[in-house]
Amino acid sequence: MSDSANSLSSSSKPDSPFARWVNQWGSAVVDGITTIGDMTLFSWAMLKWLFTRLPCRGTVLVNFYQVGALSLPVVALTGTFIGMVLAVQSYAQFHAIGLDSRLGAVINSTLVKELGPVLAATMLAGRVGGAMAAVLGTMRVTEQIDALTAMGADPIHYLVVPRFLACILLIPSLTIMADFMGIVGGYFYSVIILGIDHAAYLNHSRDGVTGFDLFSGIFKSVFFGSTIAIVSCYRGFHCEPGAEGVGKAATTAFVYSFVLILAVDLFLTIVMNSIYYTIYPNGSSFL
Amino acid sequence: MNAESRQSDAGVIPDQEDSSLKVGETDQASDGQPLIEARHVSVVFDDQVVLQDIELQITRGQTLAIIGESGCGKTVFMKTLVGLVRPTRGEIFFDGEGIHQMGYAELTRTRRRFGFVFQNAALFDSMSVYENVAFPLRQSEVVTETAVEESVMQHLAEVGLPKNVAYKRPAELSGGMRKRVGLARALILKPEVVVYDEPTTGLDPIMSDVINELILDTRRRYPVTSVVVTHDMHTARKVADRVLMFYPRSRLGDNESQVVFDGPPSSLEHAEDRRVRQFVRGEAGERLMELAHGLSG
Repeated sequence: MSDSANSLSSSSKPDSPFARWVNQWGSAVVDGITTIGDMTLFSWAMLKWLFTRLPCRGTVLVNFYQVGALSLPVVALTGTFIGMVLAVQSYAQFHAIGLDSRLGAVINSTLVKELGPVLAATMLAGRVGGAMAAVLGTMRVTEQIDALTAMGADPIHYLVVPRFLACILLIPSLTIMADFMGIVGGYFYSVIILGIDHAAYLNHSRDGVTGFDLFSGIFKSVFFGSTIAIVSCYRGFHCEPGAEGVGKAATTAFVYSFVLILAVDLFLTIVMNSIYYTIYPNGSSFL
Repeated sequence: MNAESRQSDAGVIPDQEDSSLKVGETDQASDGQPLIEARHVSVVFDDQVVLQDIELQITRGQTLAIIGESGCGKTVFMKTLVGLVRPTRGEIFFDGEGIHQMGYAELTRTRRRFGFVFQNAALFDSMSVYENVAFPLRQSEVVTETAVEESVMQHLAEVGLPKNVAYKRPAELSGGMRKRVGLARALILKPEVVVYDEPTTGLDPIMSDVINELILDTRRRYPVTSVVVTHDMHTARKVADRVLMFYPRSRLGDNESQVVFDGPPSSLEHAEDRRVRQFVRGEAGERLMELAHGLSG
């Protein structure tokens, strides 16, 4: 290869095991930083479109249907089961100390603050995030994204913005559905199956959940939705060639989304708790 | 360039009833300025040099075929011409304007002067054939639905597709039909340049010839400049008035040019370069030795 070719590509392989180890770790760190930078630019490009020109109604409605309407049954079903599972798991301990009637407070508080939003987001990441990455990955592999660009359309505006809007605007509804069905499931198992007193259960349930809890769960879900949309679309756009590449994009979209949802959850929970105790130093709330 | 000037450009293109134009004739017919020019273009992916120091001028009205074995950088070069791939080094000019330095809006406007026929048509799965062909029109200008329908049906008819195909999904079409829909979609904005990526790959000989005839027919109907990337020698000989052959950078020695042939298709058989003759005749040559070494090694 000529000098100029050599100047274009530098591919010297390290000889010693230590040098190879440094090379591998160095590459992994550089790749990680590059991915974070790339994802930031990707998100920035998407946000610029979001605030300058919205996509046409047709593309938005299709994504709303995919993300919202089609996810509703599965989110409702999992919400119901998780409410019942919480009742099953907590009953023995509460019964042992004679606080059966307080079960509702624990179930509802856990659902509204944590499990409802995280569960809805996890279901969305699995059902919608994986599908988004697979669809966009296939479009990348079959040159459909190149075709969009070649025809003067911006792929981020056309493909990513509608998916992002669908995720952030509909995940609060899905979270409310997961919360509601979980509460119903918990009530059903506690009152109908375990025979806890109906009035006492409802009284304590009402005491256990505050308006701030409900708000904090829904507020967090918006961040979960945006995480799912950005990670999944990014993985789809950067899909490797072939069927294996598409499969890998779908899998990594779910795994990365799930890990990030939990990390964002931790961060936002700390922030929301700080806000709560700043507003209500004595632990009271507006409900 | 506006629509009027495009029409005036059409005036300097010879009547292409005779599809067997020669290089000299095309050059004479053009205004002497290259429509597309690549200056010292190099493209590197990670540490792999795909294209190195490519120099090329394409005149208005010319049909250029770029041939070469798989992995030699034909498709990457073609994508570089329309700004889908940014050159690592070098410059690309279209109608005197540097594509390599254009901003987003300018590049988008420029891309609409190109029609792009992708290797596997790259039709949008989620849309019907009608919506696929209408897509560039709806993206580029405000048009009434009646005008869109008229234009879509006209372009589908021009590529020999019946009306009922318009409402099918791309998955329901054969390979040849998909390519023809891709061609209709590329032509709907009446582009100045049509770029074909492996237009006959994966098609039977009859359908390949149908596509070749459509490329020639497009030249007769519209005053277009065409760039055809192919390794089908029948296509190169039939549709091109100039052929360029790329050779994989990794197989070249120091200071060797990646362009190993540049001339009319009639000179391909008698090219001085042995690699060109081998490619044209489809002879494996020293590759068989390499394969044998690989197996024994």
